[in-house]
Amino acid sequence: MTTIEKTADDAVREGAGDDGTPLLEVRDLHVEFHTRDGVAKAVNGVNYSVRAGETLAVLGESGSGKSVTAQAIMGILDMPPGRIPQGQILFRGEDMLTMAGEERRKIRGRKIAMIFQDALSALNPVLSVGYQLGEMFRVHEGLSKKDAKAKAIELMDRVRIPAAKERVSDYPHQFSGGMRQRIMIAMAMALEPDLIIADEPTTALDVTVQAQVMDLLAELQREYHMGLILITHDLGVVADVADKIAVMYAGRIVETAPVHELYKRPAHPYTRGLLDSIPRLDRKGQELYAIKGLPPNLLKTPSGCAFNPRCPKAEDICRTDVPALVQVTEQDGTELPGRGSACHFWKETIHG
Amino acid sequence: MPEPLTDTTLAPGTQASVTEVTAAKDPSKGSGPGKPRSLWGDAWFELRHRPLFWVSAVLLVLLLAIAAFPGLFTDAHPRDGDLTNHFLTKPQLSHFFQADWFGYDGQGRSIYARVIYGTRASILVGVGVTAAVTIFGGLLGMLAGYFGGWIDSIISRIVDIFFGLPFLLGSMVILNAFAERKVYVVIAALAFLGWTTIARVMRSSVITAKQADYVTAARALGAGTNRILFRHVLPNALAPTIVVATIALGAYISAEATLSYLGLGLADPTISWGIDISDAKDAIRDNPHVMLFPAGMLSLTVFAFITLGDAVRDALDPKLR
Repeated sequence: MTTIEKTADDAVREGAGDDGTPLLEVRDLHVEFHTRDGVAKAVNGVNYSVRAGETLAVLGESGSGKSVTAQAIMGILDMPPGRIPQGQILFRGEDMLTMAGEERRKIRGRKIAMIFQDALSALNPVLSVGYQLGEMFRVHEGLSKKDAKAKAIELMDRVRIPAAKERVSDYPHQFSGGMRQRIMIAMAMALEPDLIIADEPTTALDVTVQAQVMDLLAELQREYHMGLILITHDLGVVADVADKIAVMYAGRIVETAPVHELYKRPAHPYTRGLLDSIPRLDRKGQELYAIKGLPPNLLKTPSGCAFNPRCPKAEDICRTDVPALVQVTEQDGTELPGRGSACHFWKETIHG
Repeated sequence: MPEPLTDTTLAPGTQASVTEVTAAKDPSKGSGPGKPRSLWGDAWFELRHRPLFWVSAVLLVLLLAIAAFPGLFTDAHPRDGDLTNHFLTKPQLSHFFQADWFGYDGQGRSIYARVIYGTRASILVGVGVTAAVTIFGGLLGMLAGYFGGWIDSIISRIVDIFFGLPFLLGSMVILNAFAERKVYVVIAALAFLGWTTIARVMRSSVITAKQADYVTAARALGAGTNRILFRHVLPNALAPTIVVATIALGAYISAEATLSYLGLGLADPTISWGIDISDAKDAIRDNPHVMLFPAGMLSLTVFAFITLGDAVRDALDPKLR
């Protein structure tokens, strides 16, 4: 059995044109939270990597560990109660978990930046947006107040905020939701980081604005050749933007695939369930499929495959053995690059 | 290398939206404030429309002026006693701003002059204690709230211990140990026992503020501890502290008067309302005016500060708008 670490490396090597090492590599990351009721294992051995110019979508429902992984990468996890018992987070080959605090702080914002879900609460209500945008330059590059403000206006122009010059000293609550998210994006983009982590950047927005914001993000990413980790539970958002997808469930990656292949042929029953739950026009009038049951309690994840209580295909082996993330192949045995599934019955799922 | 967007790609969209926005903005300029409004801007707007704020503000400006330049308000000297004026000279209420306006006290000193010259001590004590308490208590509360853990445990236990000491009794004990009780001694004694309330208020509002997403966001974008603390947490946690401090200011002034009355606060060559009230206590039945005027000034001052505190609280609380 080949584990996915190998396939991930293969994928990297195949992605010629770049210098080989991925921008960010998460290796066997575990995160747990110590609570009064016990230890909640939020992330149980996640592996993924992103190269420059590439978009990785991390997909999963609430509590699947997708945001916690991102917080661990950014180093904004509350510790305690959070703890990282094992794993590595390599940024350009250097493990950020073993870095000194100050060294890590310098990476944040300058090399890796983050876009938050709710832009209203992620912007400081008592400071003008111009000040907050300018703060990036003043802290990291030591610009003067005046220069920082000019840069802030430039940034606001770049994310297409109309009348940037007049609005630079407005406060966050004076902007609409879409504009606020643009400001968040501008802030993340300010120092032209190598990698941006967007944690559900469009969840708080309405559908038309979602599309605009995603387009802007994709455009800026192409322009600056950045890596992008897009955390979302919206399959629709992912399809247009992502290069590859990692589906998470109960703190594990259950399936990885290049974006279109995942939609065409899912190799994990959970992914299939997610895809079947999307409302479709051609199934009008029929009952909408839903994955039965609830996401597992992280304090006591089910034994074996965490998905087994909800899985239509579950058999005895699923309740005892944890499936490893294995290389997915065609029926004739040729490897499908970048594809992996953590299911005992992936063959039946993809080919059956 | 990434290149910034060229102007041409942006121009059409931006231009169109610019006109849109300015067009939308214009009509609003006539009716409401067109300038961006912050929390403090809103609070100021709110304050300006409250009569009570103006009453207290005018009073306070007047009191501050008296405290700073008492000589402008009276020609009489507060320590010149002329026993021919002993008590018998009742207030001459028509003699505005004259030495005998409020009458004379037991030692023949002008009560008006003493009330004017006594303002400085009261205001100094009030402002001094409040400043000391806000800086010291606020800082400790902020550290406890932001860092939590053992720092919080230690600071909070110290706060608890000091909170257990009775304010007035404690300051009496402390002041009793000083032979010469100047204004700064009284300030130190009151501040020593009074900082706990501010520390608690600050701690709780910092705990609320530090959990906000924008603090996480600032951290994620590489802000250091100092910047997060002073630029992002503090401004958002300051409002309750300011309210408590303004209201407490009045309480410190009356505490000083209480202590002076008991003979444990400021002592004679210093002129203070508390001392005058204390001196007047034996003559109150026949000559109530000796007590009335310093007590009235004291009440007025405390009223002015507490009213200001109330007005500020209302202005900062969006729920009351």
